[in-house]
Amino acid sequence: MHLERADNHTWRKIKSALASTIAFVSAILVISPLGLVFFHLLVNGAGSVNWDFLTKLPAPVGAVGGGMANAIVGSLELLAFAGVIGIPIGVLGGVYLAEYGSARINSVLRFLADVLNGVPSITWGVVVYGLVVLRFKGFSAYAGGLALGLIMIPLILRTTEEVVLLVPNGYREAALALGVRRWKTIVHIVMKTASRGIITGILLALARVGGETAPLLFTAFGNRFWNHSLSQPIAALPLQVFTYAISPYDDWHRQAWAGALVLVTGIFCVNVLVRILTRGHAASVV
Amino acid sequence: MATPERSVVEAVERMTEAPSTAEPIPACTFQVKNLSIWYGEKRAIDDVTLDIASNAVTAIIGPSGCGKSTFIRALNRMHELVPKTRVEGTVFLNGEDLYSSTVDPAIVRRRVGMVFQKSNPFPTMSIGENVVIGLRLNGVRDRKFLNERLEKSLRMAALWDEVKEDLHKPGTSLSGGQQQRLCIARALAVEPEVLLMDEPCSALDPIATAKIEELIYELKAKYTIVTVTHNMQQAGRVSDYTAFFYLGRLIEFGPTTKIFTNPTERQTEDYITGRFG
Repeated sequence: MHLERADNHTWRKIKSALASTIAFVSAILVISPLGLVFFHLLVNGAGSVNWDFLTKLPAPVGAVGGGMANAIVGSLELLAFAGVIGIPIGVLGGVYLAEYGSARINSVLRFLADVLNGVPSITWGVVVYGLVVLRFKGFSAYAGGLALGLIMIPLILRTTEEVVLLVPNGYREAALALGVRRWKTIVHIVMKTASRGIITGILLALARVGGETAPLLFTAFGNRFWNHSLSQPIAALPLQVFTYAISPYDDWHRQAWAGALVLVTGIFCVNVLVRILTRGHAASVV
Repeated sequence: MATPERSVVEAVERMTEAPSTAEPIPACTFQVKNLSIWYGEKRAIDDVTLDIASNAVTAIIGPSGCGKSTFIRALNRMHELVPKTRVEGTVFLNGEDLYSSTVDPAIVRRRVGMVFQKSNPFPTMSIGENVVIGLRLNGVRDRKFLNERLEKSLRMAALWDEVKEDLHKPGTSLSGGQQQRLCIARALAVEPEVLLMDEPCSALDPIATAKIEELIYELKAKYTIVTVTHNMQQAGRVSDYTAFFYLGRLIEFGPTTKIFTNPTERQTEDYITGRFG
């Protein structure tokens, strides 16, 4: 038959090889930036990550040495404060979207949450600057944490909604048929079934805002010393990296590389944790 | 039952008291009078009047979409989970109107247990936790009481001997038939007055089905059982009374032997002999 002519077959093989080559090259292009980033950070930053860097305050301008201990701790404080705001509101809002509310209200809320997810992060900095920093006349850890928390809310809200919707209806019915009240069913059955997914969403949101610089520029502001009060400016790792990277000093540049390496490693660890949490548990629904 | 708090207390008291079977048994558990149910504009149940006998198995049969499931769900108000449902008529459970405005649906569901078509043990819980979760979430904390009820419920569901060594294992690790018996144990643990079964065997193999049917036969000594089934032979084997539904209407109701051997209505005969449905 003419369909099986030899030349036709060769042409098909060429097309097939071409398509898989293009796909392979695209796949390499997708992951190469990650490799480049890590490679550069390791080459430029690994030498400067040492005990001093992790435990000491920044050295005075002009002096060599010092570290970013205050920025590392500051970032953790900001994340904790952001979590206090972002996690309960995001999770409960997501549960509302999935379990309560009418279809019309929910589609509006969902749309607004997606819009919020698309708002450039510096906008959140400006909003908190106007609402908090100007009103209380000063940069503060509160303001920085609030800005990060506000970014987390729509992220957590959407992931929570998605994983709660994945919980099969049979479990809700089974609990309700035992005479369990609706809110108890939602907390003890539905949210428990979806807990792995909810925690994954929270960790990813924390990893995302952990690297944010723009919202902190005029809220947390940065600090070269330990922060002794949450109503005072506070240092944060990405902010410190930014400040050091645009400085004219070589020593600061090295420290900026080191700071970026620590930051990326931290976020990488969170992502690995997420992988471990979600691995091999496809059977348990979410 | 003036306030929700008080009704919870009453329900817990009821659960911790002696089983309700100690009281004199009325002849019929449910009295359904002129029941009609709408989903939005669609009328799923049309003017059904039916008495369901105590300590007997009543089978609901009929072709798909005839309202069997809606009817059985109306007996513990589970159909209300679907938005825009509307009910007319009355359902009395041992003399109490289930649809009276003072009755709390959660309390109704504690008195009227339910087993579903697809077995659904909670995936995050062990076998033991699955059985007592209904009591725990209804406020029972006494560990000794929970352990006693755990064993008793599993024994009644004919599952104790198979799982007594594995109570800590996940409920989802059991086979399909065992999972369904686990769900029956879970429903029995809150000591309901009635057990509703919505096609409990339709996802099971013949051996697991036989075990559930045997269990149904044993349970009717203590419980009133209403079961929906697609399987005509099953209705014939396990039930004392059979109700035939078609297009939301109750076509015929009577002792199973009469429905299967000498039905009054032509439609019943056609359905049972396999001429349609």
